[in-house]
Amino acid sequence: MRALAVGAIAVSSALVLTACGSDDNSAANGVNEKKAAKNIECAGKGKLLASGSSAQKNAMDVWIKNYMAACKDVQLNYNPVGSGGGITQFTQGSTAFAGSDSALKPEEVAASKKICKGGQGINLPMVGGPVAVSYNLPGVDDLVLDAPTLAKIFDSKIKKWNDPAIKKLNPKADLPAKEIHPFHRSDESGTTANLGKYLGKAAPGDWKYPDEKAWPAKGGQGASGSSGVSAQVKQTEGAISYVELSYATSNDLSTAKLDTGASEPVEVSPENASKAIADAKVVGKGKDLALDLNYATKAEGAYPLMLVTYEIACDKGNKPESLDAVKSFLNYTASDFGQEVLVKEGYAPLPPEIAKKVRETVPTLS
Amino acid sequence: MSNALMNRPPVDDRPQPPSFSKRRLPRWAPAAIALVSVAAGCGAGLLAGWQSRVQWGLIAALVFVAGTYLVTTVVEGKRQAKDRIATSLVWVCFVLAIVPLASLAWTTVTRGLRVLDGYFLSHSMAGLQNDEPGGGVYHAIIGTLEQVGLATLMAVPIGLLTAVYLVEYGRGRLAKAVTFFVDVMTGIPSIVAGLFILSTWVLTFGMGFSGFAGSMALAILMMPVVVRSTEEMLKLVPDELREASLALGVPKWRTILKVVLPTAVGGIATGVMLAVARITGETAPVLLLVSGSMFINNDPFNDVQSSLPLYVFEQYAVGTPAAVDRAWAAALVLIAIVMLLNLLARGIARWKAPKAR
Amino acid sequence: MDTPTSKAPAPPEAPQGRRTTGKAGDRVFLGLSRGSGIVLLVIMAAIAAFLAYRASLAISKDQANFLTAFAWNPQGNPPEFGIAILAYGTVVSSIIAMAVAVPVAIGIALFVSHYAPRKLAAPMAYVIDLLAAVPSIVYGLWGALVLVPYLAGLNQWLDEYLGWTYIFDKTGSGPARSLFTVGLLLAVMILPVITNVIREVFLQVPRMHEEAALALGATRWEVIRMSVLPFGRSGIISASMLGLGRALGETMAVATVLSPSFVFSGHLLDPGGGTFAQNIAAKFNEADAFGRDALIASGLVLFVITLLVNGAARLIIARRKEYSGAAA
Repeated sequence: MRALAVGAIAVSSALVLTACGSDDNSAANGVNEKKAAKNIECAGKGKLLASGSSAQKNAMDVWIKNYMAACKDVQLNYNPVGSGGGITQFTQGSTAFAGSDSALKPEEVAASKKICKGGQGINLPMVGGPVAVSYNLPGVDDLVLDAPTLAKIFDSKIKKWNDPAIKKLNPKADLPAKEIHPFHRSDESGTTANLGKYLGKAAPGDWKYPDEKAWPAKGGQGASGSSGVSAQVKQTEGAISYVELSYATSNDLSTAKLDTGASEPVEVSPENASKAIADAKVVGKGKDLALDLNYATKAEGAYPLMLVTYEIACDKGNKPESLDAVKSFLNYTASDFGQEVLVKEGYAPLPPEIAKKVRETVPTLS
Repeated sequence: MSNALMNRPPVDDRPQPPSFSKRRLPRWAPAAIALVSVAAGCGAGLLAGWQSRVQWGLIAALVFVAGTYLVTTVVEGKRQAKDRIATSLVWVCFVLAIVPLASLAWTTVTRGLRVLDGYFLSHSMAGLQNDEPGGGVYHAIIGTLEQVGLATLMAVPIGLLTAVYLVEYGRGRLAKAVTFFVDVMTGIPSIVAGLFILSTWVLTFGMGFSGFAGSMALAILMMPVVVRSTEEMLKLVPDELREASLALGVPKWRTILKVVLPTAVGGIATGVMLAVARITGETAPVLLLVSGSMFINNDPFNDVQSSLPLYVFEQYAVGTPAAVDRAWAAALVLIAIVMLLNLLARGIARWKAPKAR
Repeated sequence: MDTPTSKAPAPPEAPQGRRTTGKAGDRVFLGLSRGSGIVLLVIMAAIAAFLAYRASLAISKDQANFLTAFAWNPQGNPPEFGIAILAYGTVVSSIIAMAVAVPVAIGIALFVSHYAPRKLAAPMAYVIDLLAAVPSIVYGLWGALVLVPYLAGLNQWLDEYLGWTYIFDKTGSGPARSLFTVGLLLAVMILPVITNVIREVFLQVPRMHEEAALALGATRWEVIRMSVLPFGRSGIISASMLGLGRALGETMAVATVLSPSFVFSGHLLDPGGGTFAQNIAAKFNEADAFGRDALIASGLVLFVITLLVNGAARLIIARRKEYSGAAA
């Protein structure tokens, strides 16, 4: 029938079209191929699928760009579907590794044993990042906040910018009598969970909510995704929210310093977050390197509102066809070269001790 | 759908009601009142300093309706005034509807053309970061064409045969049930179709995301539309044709294949094209089942793909200026494809129409 | 289909053989076409069955009341989720959409069928057809980036003069990413759909009725009120129901425009609220296996609601067919 013919034409024209497109964007965005290639040891070939946390998307983008420029035989596709989706896809066996904002839960480890023959899924910390408290208050660019005040703001207990609690922390600032508009992520997000963990640990008296990925408190406005939140903060005078530093930087948002109890309030920056991550303990067993972050750190210059995202792969029983490429890619990302490109994107390099453990673990994957 | 095919001329320019009142407004009166009210709307808006043009328009509309009523009551009397007010309300409705739709078309075209070029159409998003300009929609176009093509291949045979069954064979309880459920199926929200395939194909059978999973959901959305439009077209085939063929001793199935379907083929093709146009723009099932990709994936049966509507959504969600530009350009490409399908459908309808008579 | 293209069937030269192949062919063809009909029914049944099964998995572990709880936290401990806010948001945005779209659609349909100059009417009908085909994601993009900033002024004005009604009281100063905006956007989206159906019905009004009214000296409005609207009433209702069905299930346009939240607020201009479809699209990516089942449960509710609405629309249309059949 004619209709069938139309469908056939659509399919065949699609097939014809497949010949004339290109995945090669390097002309447009100028990767320095030679420099990148020198530091990457290629292995394996074919398509590599990964998915998960959108918090590490920007880091992955840079890594993939450099990696694929060096290793033409591998095509790596990282799909930022979110940590939950990433882990689900990994335990279903449809991806080679997953990116996640939080370590695997026990039931997820159990599910991973189906895929990892003779082994289980392990967490490899790979990307650290500070979460910036960004705000929009014309005339005030040097705001200082501490955990209890932040908790009260996000809990809608403090409603005006000239509240005494804020004034006490910012004696010099000219705070207007404007309403505070706290924004939060309306979708479930590891960033929200990390804010909750920070507030829960550093201000237990003022933040009694569980540290969940869904926004637990009442009040405030929701916006979808880090980009949605930063757009709202940018548009709304009096707004305050929390986003990954890269989003605050790319949207040109003011960021608050945190008073942690150290001698000076700490500014949000990759280096300062690295200092806080260095305070973490490895709690994973065996090859698992899950971290326990110290959100209540008082170390000088350590920015405590941070998140660490993991790559999740099997310690044993990875798919043979993708194993070499996965190892080669993770070797690169954990290397100094891999970590140092992150700073430009607003992420924090892993502290040396933790990076060393990751570098020792990756080659042992099988 | 059938309305489009028939192209019936609207019933108008009938004789004006004979007027017995002595005085009538001059022909230019409505235009004059419209002009005055637009001026009033803009004036009030400027004076009060409202930013929103929406209010300006609302005020102009109000002044227009009220002004028409007053003027006509004074000049022509109550009954005519009511007639005039209805006329002006209808015109207001028309303008109210045109404004947002025109704005939609205008914005999409002007914003879309900013980054739309050959490079945009022939490259994927591989290796691009969010805030970098460049990149393209090639991978999304491939994904959309393949998913829609597969959905068409699944939905059209089933839809056609079901329509044939309903028109040529359908008697009794089964036919009634099918008719009713086809109707109900037309109203299934696209996200529910997506959830259904998710809960069967992905969660129960354990298959991964792929273009094919998305196309199954699209096929579910397409089937009832094809059945409906084909049914309408088959009903238009005169019974005399069937009877003549049967009287010559031709079996029923050959009659349907050789006489009924060829007669209706133009209308059927039009219906199918419109159905294709509808599913081309569906985002929700693709979001749930195809999952999106930055790379070209020519194989719809394995691994994630992208698609145009999903690409628009992703780029909007990224939100950086470069990404928003890409979103508009992709929206323009999407609209262009959908409109092309629509025009093609009209073309077939017009081309085949005389033979069908 | 690929046999010679002669329009007239070849005369039967061997009646005996013909008849047998004819019978076999008939049986096969009937089987195929009936089979397709059955496939459709099976799909509908499977949709209901699978959604219900996955939903039951989720609801059985829900620690809150699924129908009345104002929360969505299936990944929490204990898992708590309910559809109250989604049902509220879906209903409210659809009501706003209907309240705006139906009168305007009737107006446009009248414009095209009875008022517009002939030169304008045909292209108008054509343009409306095309607009019905604009993908919803494009409406969403337009809504979020053009409509939302434009509505800021209107919201302020509504707040100022109608704030006393409570529902138009805007308590914050955030952007207009509210249920009210969603309702207006949905109205724009369903307008072409409703208009198309109504216009169709208006064109079917018997000419005799209208001419009789005109002969009695009625004005154009009186003709419409006395012959067109009564004839078209059930058509208008069923068209509205179709539009309602579409508004209820709209996903992407709502997901791009709304700032969702699970806190109940009667202030329509304040950001917040949510709809079934929007919630599924927004939460899907971060949902784990159980979270997906919870979303499927809310999808099941949406499915049932749209079934009811569409079923009702079909019943009205069916009744109208009988009525008009008897009248003609």
